Amino acid sequence: MKDLPDTEERKAGLKGLGCSRKRVEDARFTQGKGNYVDDIKMAGMLHGDFVRSPYAHARVKSINAEAALALPGVIAVLTAKDLEPLGLHWMPTLAGDKQMVLADGKVLFQGQEVAFVVATDRYIAADAVDLVEVDYEDLPVVVDPFKAQDPDAPVLREDLEGVTEGAHGPRRHHNHIFTWEAGDEAGANAAIDGAEVVAEETIYYHRTHPCPLETCGCVASMDKVNGKLTLYGTFQAPHVVRTVASLLSGIDEHNIRVVSPDIGGGFGNKVGVYPGYVCSIVATIVTGKPVKWVEDRMENLMATAFARDYWMTGRIGATKDGRITGLHAHVTADHGAFDACADPTKFPAGFFHICTGSYDIPAAYCAVDGIYTNKAPGGVAYRCSFRVTEAAYFIERMIEVLAIKLGMDAAELRAKNFIRKEQFPYTSALGWEYDSGDYHTAWDKALKAVGYEALRKEQAERVEAFKRGETRKLLGIGLTHFTEIVGAGPVKNCDILGMGMFDSCEIRIHPTGSAIARLGTISQGQGHATTFAQILASEIGISADKITVEEGDTDTAPYGLGTYGSRSTPVAGAATAMAGRKIRAKAQMIAAYLLEVHDDDLEWDIDRFVVKGAPERFKTMAEIAYASYNQAIPGVEPGLEAVSYYDPPNMTYPFGAYICVMEIDVDTGEHEIRQFYALDDCGTRINPMIIEGQVHGGLTEALAIAMGQEIAYDDIGNVKTGTLMDFFLPTAWETPHYTTDHTETPSPHHPIGAKGVGESPNVGGVPAFSNAVHDAFRAFGLTQTHMPHDHWRIWKTARDLGLHG
Amino acid sequence: MIPSTFEYHRPDDLAAVIALLQEHGDEARVVAGGHSLIPMMKLRMADPAHLIDLQGLSDLKGIEIGDVIRIGAMTTQAEIIDHDGLAEAAPIMAEAARQIADPQVRNLGTVGGNIANGDPGNDMPGLMQCLDARFTLVGPDGTREVAARDFYEAAYVTTREEEEVLTAVSFDRPRGGYAYEKQKRKIGDYATAAAAVQIVAEGGRVSAASVAMTNLSDVPVFSAAAGAALEGTACGEEAVQAAVAAMLGDIDPMEDNRGPVEFKKHVAGVILARAIVRAWSRA
Repeated sequence: MKDLPDTEERKAGLKGLGCSRKRVEDARFTQGKGNYVDDIKMAGMLHGDFVRSPYAHARVKSINAEAALALPGVIAVLTAKDLEPLGLHWMPTLAGDKQMVLADGKVLFQGQEVAFVVATDRYIAADAVDLVEVDYEDLPVVVDPFKAQDPDAPVLREDLEGVTEGAHGPRRHHNHIFTWEAGDEAGANAAIDGAEVVAEETIYYHRTHPCPLETCGCVASMDKVNGKLTLYGTFQAPHVVRTVASLLSGIDEHNIRVVSPDIGGGFGNKVGVYPGYVCSIVATIVTGKPVKWVEDRMENLMATAFARDYWMTGRIGATKDGRITGLHAHVTADHGAFDACADPTKFPAGFFHICTGSYDIPAAYCAVDGIYTNKAPGGVAYRCSFRVTEAAYFIERMIEVLAIKLGMDAAELRAKNFIRKEQFPYTSALGWEYDSGDYHTAWDKALKAVGYEALRKEQAERVEAFKRGETRKLLGIGLTHFTEIVGAGPVKNCDILGMGMFDSCEIRIHPTGSAIARLGTISQGQGHATTFAQILASEIGISADKITVEEGDTDTAPYGLGTYGSRSTPVAGAATAMAGRKIRAKAQMIAAYLLEVHDDDLEWDIDRFVVKGAPERFKTMAEIAYASYNQAIPGVEPGLEAVSYYDPPNMTYPFGAYICVMEIDVDTGEHEIRQFYALDDCGTRINPMIIEGQVHGGLTEALAIAMGQEIAYDDIGNVKTGTLMDFFLPTAWETPHYTTDHTETPSPHHPIGAKGVGESPNVGGVPAFSNAVHDAFRAFGLTQTHMPHDHWRIWKTARDLGLHG
Repeated sequence: MIPSTFEYHRPDDLAAVIALLQEHGDEARVVAGGHSLIPMMKLRMADPAHLIDLQGLSDLKGIEIGDVIRIGAMTTQAEIIDHDGLAEAAPIMAEAARQIADPQVRNLGTVGGNIANGDPGNDMPGLMQCLDARFTLVGPDGTREVAARDFYEAAYVTTREEEEVLTAVSFDRPRGGYAYEKQKRKIGDYATAAAAVQIVAEGGRVSAASVAMTNLSDVPVFSAAAGAALEGTACGEEAVQAAVAAMLGDIDPMEDNRGPVEFKKHVAGVILARAIVRAWSRA
């Protein structure tokens, strides 16, 4: 009889679910051996660079490229006139609008692409950009989405003049894009109008930017001999890019190979298609040489997809004792010059209608108006599911506003209105079916962990000390209980450009018992190569160390919709588990043959099939894999492979309870975060260490957004925050210590119960930081002040409240 | 973020530097640590055809401590922070240098570059006002000294001639208590407001005080009036507020992303008050 290793030892050896396995990616990243787009060098490669508009709104009267073309090394200067015969001077956006690839008669935002210079050298290209003479005639600029709706506001999109029906219904003004709504407005209004207490507030979630460390770029290479186009690029959705590239260029899809190499962060910024990609493709087709385009930091901040910019007006009704009866929300959404939001097609405001949050609100309604302004296009989900961070910020601020109106503790108000554990699956008034949750348990744990009552006592004492002139610092306690909605999505509801939002995994088991898994997603730092191997290890009994995970090459990976909106684990993770189960089903047949028993006489035991009642008779997965390649088994095909395309039955609903304790200096507007406690419930936990890393990173981005990060424009549309001097990207110095914690409420419909976590800390973090600022001033009469809470805005709040004497 | 074409020179003595400056005139710029000039070149806000690197001039490095303290222009901020003798003789230097940018920048960024660039956001110019430093300039006609308080004319405009190189700064060993107080939005940022203060105490009263402010005008601001407001007082709350009021008459901040003028003035007052209190506690 063979020695049976201890069960626990075998289980640990798999490094499967729940193991804080070290990231396999880090060996190359920590040694500077990653392979990013800008690392790609090809023989004869040319370099592209953009001439960009200095104006936010201007007519382009002429473009003179003579001097640029005369510079040795300059190959071409492309303008809209050159792209027009190919039909590529405009391109469709993911939101059903269209966008100029190169300025066609006018420019609509500062930094807009006007001409594309192609040269033999990156430096020559930059010199040539300076030599292109563009004659502009400036036009009146609109940067305010409310003024954009004035009857006599300038017409921004002349191409849409007279178009009264947009991609999402009627347009009621020349700068109006769509009105989108959810819920029962009459019901919500009736509930609020009849409520004992009503709170109203306008909450602005300012414009910011995902600002990944690696900017966007690509290398396009057309092989004129075999007609194949290869496109390396910073793509969060490489397969969709291939389809779009085929539709736009007319090149058959099998002749296009899209590769996302290592990606240095995406955060939604790399979901869309940018003019640089289109121009690089055209340039390689025209020249027959590879063309590289990599934008710089200022271009990235100024011209690629922004996030947020939602003006949210809420009305919330409640009983005197704090039971919420109704919610009404209206959003004015500033989409910039083109509607280039990256949302599932049917949801032009993303999943904003998750704005009832963690609360059982019987009547609710929300409406979103999308508006054109002279700002950069975008509106992507910056480390959040589609518009979910806006929704979470809105409801978590409205709860605080209501608590003030009720004179009630905001923690108690939340607990009073949470959806109760026994109500799941819970259908919200705005139509979502929440899969699972246990909010009260998480909330109680969080309050206890921070010593909530003692904190409130300390805060009250601080207020008294402040009033007596003994201190100039206030104490804020920022509460948040958020509910995310991730994992888009059921194909019946969610698609991008018609592509259903399923995802995929293909597994090959090698004869000696190791494996490769390929997925339709693409890691940008999430650690997929580590965690997907763990899912598989637990499913098929092969150690994660023996499983290679590959993504991002459309020639080898199965089709998938990519990585954003925390969808990789809920969708591709599920596909991985399901493909693993197919492998195991076939393995069971092979084991039964080898052990000469019936399939049903076997049971799965960690890494092997064992004959029931005879534990000494078993076949390990490694033995089965070998047999699948070297034995002729009647009725069973050779080999051990499986593929799964997974269409999730529902989204998943991760949630969490965050508490931030902040000291605020009323004289300088500076803050110090004394404590930050983050409890996340993302269902089944695959790799706790990676979850912790995700939470730390997401909280730090949330800190940035809440406390200083913004894309600000002046009145004539100049970007005021185009460098990292002014655009706040926290370093270790500004980043506080975080305490992480968890509860575990599995998703009932996901094969392993996992929900996704990468974006939760941003969704929950922003309101936690912002609520702490607001809470510090609550005793002095503050209800609402807008983010970002940088020094001068906090100082202004203190001054307006009369705290400077 | 790609600079224009330029010729790179790396001479190994000062005579060669000056010869190059004479040859190329306003087409040439000297570069020390490069942390101001190179970003400006990448933005094409500066496009010198000739870049003269001073890293080869080892003579321009070094710190001499005596009754007069002399710091070579190529001394880095990191070397300022790490120098034990300077820490004892003029501790305000390290206190200020620690608040400049981040360790990577401080490893390359130099005292001379920080001073000669004429950027009102830089910290050393304000500190040099406070210390009443002298700047040594070497040019084709020899060596001359200019008082720090006479050096700055406007943003990026100084009394240095185009063919001159700033080679050293010197100042009398400071006496009494000191403080360099700076508010900034984040690591690597210029000051929203910063104050350099030296105070000498005799018999429980201020016998001498020197006050300078950073990034609150188009030049560093030496506020003689603020210092005078403290002299002879016991540096109590009233005196501090008098100094703040006097300082506010000397600054002229501009609105930027750090905030409006009103905010900057308020913060300047808070920062100066804190600097005075800390300097007094050390006097």
